[in-house]
Amino acid sequence: MSVLNSKIPAGPLADKWKNHKNSIRLVNPANKRSIDVIVVGTGLAGASAAASLAEMGYKVKAFCFQDSPRRAHSIAAQGGINAAKNYRNDGDSVHRLFYDTIKGGDYRSREANVHRLAEVSVNIIDQCVAQGVPFAREYGGLLDNRSFGGVQVSRTFYAKGQTGQQLLLGAYSALSRQVSAGQVKMYHRHEMLDVVMVDGKARGIIARNLVTGELERHSAHAVLLCTGGYGNVFFLSTNAMGSNVTATWKAHRKGAYFANPCFTQIHPTCIPVSGDYQSKLTLMSESLRNDGRIWVPQKQNDQRRPVDIPEEERDYYLERRYPAFGNLVPRDVASRAAKERCDAGYGVGQSKMAVYLDYASAIQRYGTLEANKMGESQPSVQRITELGTQVVASKYGNLFEMYAKITGDNPYETPMRIYPAVHYTMGGLWVDYNLMSNLPGLFVLGEANFSDHGANRLGASALMQGLADGYFVVPYTLGDYLADDIQTGNISTQHPAFDEAEGAVQEQISRIMNIKGSKSVDFFHKALGKIMWDKCGMARSEEGLKQAISEIQALRTEFYAQVRVPGSASEMNPELEKAIRVADFLELGELMCYDALNRNESCGGHFREEYQTEDGEALRDDTDFAYVAAWEYGQGNSPILHKEDLNFENVKPSTRSYK
Amino acid sequence: MRLNLKIWRQKGPKANGKMVDYTLNEVNPEMSFLEMMDVLNQQLVDEGDEPVAFDHDCREGICGMCSMFINGRAHGPMTGTTTCQLHMRHFNDGDTIVIEPWRASAFPVIKDLMVDRSAFDRVIQAGGYISVNTGSAPDANSLPIPKQNADMAFDAATCIGCGACVATCKNASAMLFVGAKVSQLSLLPQGQPEREERAIRMVEQMDKEGFGNCTNTGACEVECPKGISIENIARLNREYLRAKVVQK
Ligand SMILES: Cc1cc2nc3c(=O)[nH]c(=O)nc-3n(C[C@H](O)[C@H](O)[C@H](O)COP(=O)(O)OP(=O)(O)OC[C@H]3O[C@@H](n4cnc5c(N)ncnc54)[C@H](O)[C@@H]3O)c2cc1C
Ligand code: SF4
Ligand code: FES
Repeated sequence: MSVLNSKIPAGPLADKWKNHKNSIRLVNPANKRSIDVIVVGTGLAGASAAASLAEMGYKVKAFCFQDSPRRAHSIAAQGGINAAKNYRNDGDSVHRLFYDTIKGGDYRSREANVHRLAEVSVNIIDQCVAQGVPFAREYGGLLDNRSFGGVQVSRTFYAKGQTGQQLLLGAYSALSRQVSAGQVKMYHRHEMLDVVMVDGKARGIIARNLVTGELERHSAHAVLLCTGGYGNVFFLSTNAMGSNVTATWKAHRKGAYFANPCFTQIHPTCIPVSGDYQSKLTLMSESLRNDGRIWVPQKQNDQRRPVDIPEEERDYYLERRYPAFGNLVPRDVASRAAKERCDAGYGVGQSKMAVYLDYASAIQRYGTLEANKMGESQPSVQRITELGTQVVASKYGNLFEMYAKITGDNPYETPMRIYPAVHYTMGGLWVDYNLMSNLPGLFVLGEANFSDHGANRLGASALMQGLADGYFVVPYTLGDYLADDIQTGNISTQHPAFDEAEGAVQEQISRIMNIKGSKSVDFFHKALGKIMWDKCGMARSEEGLKQAISEIQALRTEFYAQVRVPGSASEMNPELEKAIRVADFLELGELMCYDALNRNESCGGHFREEYQTEDGEALRDDTDFAYVAAWEYGQGNSPILHKEDLNFENVKPSTRSYK
Repeated sequence: MRLNLKIWRQKGPKANGKMVDYTLNEVNPEMSFLEMMDVLNQQLVDEGDEPVAFDHDCREGICGMCSMFINGRAHGPMTGTTTCQLHMRHFNDGDTIVIEPWRASAFPVIKDLMVDRSAFDRVIQAGGYISVNTGSAPDANSLPIPKQNADMAFDAATCIGCGACVATCKNASAMLFVGAKVSQLSLLPQGQPEREERAIRMVEQMDKEGFGNCTNTGACEVECPKGISIENIARLNREYLRAKVVQK
């Protein structure tokens, strides 16, 4: 019998959430006033949760490490957010969004959670529009949509290439309103360094004030971690520089299970690495695959300029291999296909580790349409190009500009060069249907939990999940947990559990400061990133993973002997902040390799070289691996695996085919 | 390429700061400006010195965290570009680059190139929102919004809150930032009910934070990395006057 109880409500799939909401306990308004909730992280998940809970009357303390909640990593999301509105009348529905997400996740997520996500998706768009989020509109004044990978309907709402920014600013404005109402106390430039467990329940956190270096104790009746993903374990990723695993890792060390840590999403369209000084990678939104075509030359090592390579000598390999979905196959499939072509010697650019994303035909197509619309009967090629460029610029202008700034090339005239990069982590802390971890009172929202995307996330679904968790799920499920706490009264920060937690944090900081070695934090982070990318990245093997585990262990030992953190701990010290994060990545990386090693199958973003079909497609094993791998911290020994079996009652797992 | 850097170093909020000279010998033109700073910091750590503290996060020009005054210009020499999106190919071998923090009394220095911009948050808290509780929203398409207004609202909403407008303005005015938010919300039907109160409260808070007056110089618009138009300041002025009239 598994120790994990997912608490999935009984009843038919489509009624579970409705029935659950109707039957769970509530906290009445007067009692909410005496209940404190800590929300760590104010990205989409955290800001929406903090605002909603504060509106309901809870006293909220919210934390973020940036200088303002408006800067959370969610701000960088480009392409859009899904919702089963069916405004296009193209056959979309809650069921279809549910089905696409389960299938896109390669049958490694919970049916009940995903169905709920699809249900509340429609409310998210309503909420955001009411907040003043300026989504793209059509001339008639109604909302516009675009399509994303892995699906055949248009259900993605967007605000040019800045959807995440607009959604986050919406949630930030709701949060700001509650700050001004005195319902939320906002702690910016604060980093949570431990969760405090009192009598088996999460009752507070230890946070470091990043400006003064002081450690602070904060207590509450429940703690929500909304701290984002851990893609930066690879050093190079599309995540913001500060994104980290520290909050969830510290909770893991305190007993919270980490689920499916090896499920990492490698995004197919990013600007390739240009040198060893590279600090991060930049995503080119998936929405570009709507209109752009991906290709490599048919000849290996072709030195010609892309525009000089004639049509018939190009290999549009996605269209060739996957005629049904073409350039819009899911991310894992598109990434592996790019890697396959580059490994086979067909890559382009200086490093040969890139493929082309080409807008020439989209520009011609749009230009012709536009000329027709304007009644121009025989437009010149030049005129068509001009008009087509305008259309493309209106849809993707800011992305094209960003590409031009970074590379110095003009993507309207020459195809972009792109390559896959680490982008998102499907894994995260294990949570039940109520989004509570196995530690009572510790809830986990957004990218930080493992819940909805299985082994591969579909485009535009992370924003949806973050806001679903924060606006529409946790405000209900938290009440059910807190109903037991109406009599508890204030939680004292003088409890010995706080002394102990603060002492441990202090000790870790002193330890790191006192090493005074000879190597920078970045040295270790880069070394870890390289191990992870080479051995736990797009393709994994038993041999490589075993090597990675011992290499990471050695690197960790070296870190604690050789790292140098200048300055002191009692001031603003960005090097110390990085060191604490990298120390946690050095432990997480090892767990990811364990998880990848355990999963003897290929599914979604997890590709084990030993498990593939003859034509290189992933070979899933539903008999032995249709489970969530939830890892318990090994306290210095190997991590301990707990399995949550996944039951598919409404969709039958089948081989994903996008052909 | 080889660069001479003159960088503002200041130990803490109350410490005195000064310009310090550094030399970097191998800067690759493909690097971003912040990657160049990373290389400098790596060099400083290797030599046992303290690295230069600066704000940054997304490095994609969207979070608004990076904030350097480079050779006398907010975010450096290129228009429409944040510090993190500036690349070294726009500099020449042998150049001297002067790097300072934002200078404005409403943005006190925390350390080196890092400043405290929480005044912006407080201005937003004073009304930069639409009062709608979670769960009470009508269907998103129940209220069509003319595309032109939606697009204008979007353009105003792309402000990243970086503070370059304030740093650039000789009066350290925050009118472009405040104008952008007031415009966005006043252009949308959802923003109407609180229109007057918003304009007044946000302007009052802006004054309270110690931002200066706008004298229509227009430098903010030139330096704004997101091209926020100065028309938003005109709209803010109209909104404010209108609110005052309506209030009476
Ligand atoms: C470049 C890019 C583009 C993307 N585009 C899309 C898209 O188009 N559509 C889509 O659906 N998804 C997209 N995604 C994914 C999506 O943006 C993220 O998954 C999502 O925004 C995560 O939101 P979050 O609220 O969970 O976390 P985040 O937004 O990462 O927020 C984390 C918060 O936690 C805080 N925090 C972290 N650690 C601590 C700590 N120890 N102490 C205190 N605070 C802490 C941070 O300060 C921050 O406030 C994109 C991702 C990237 C990288
Ligand atoms: S208006 Fe422009 S310069 Fe001012 S904060 Fe906004 S983006 Fe920055
Ligand atoms: S670091 Fe985010 S805008 Fe420059």
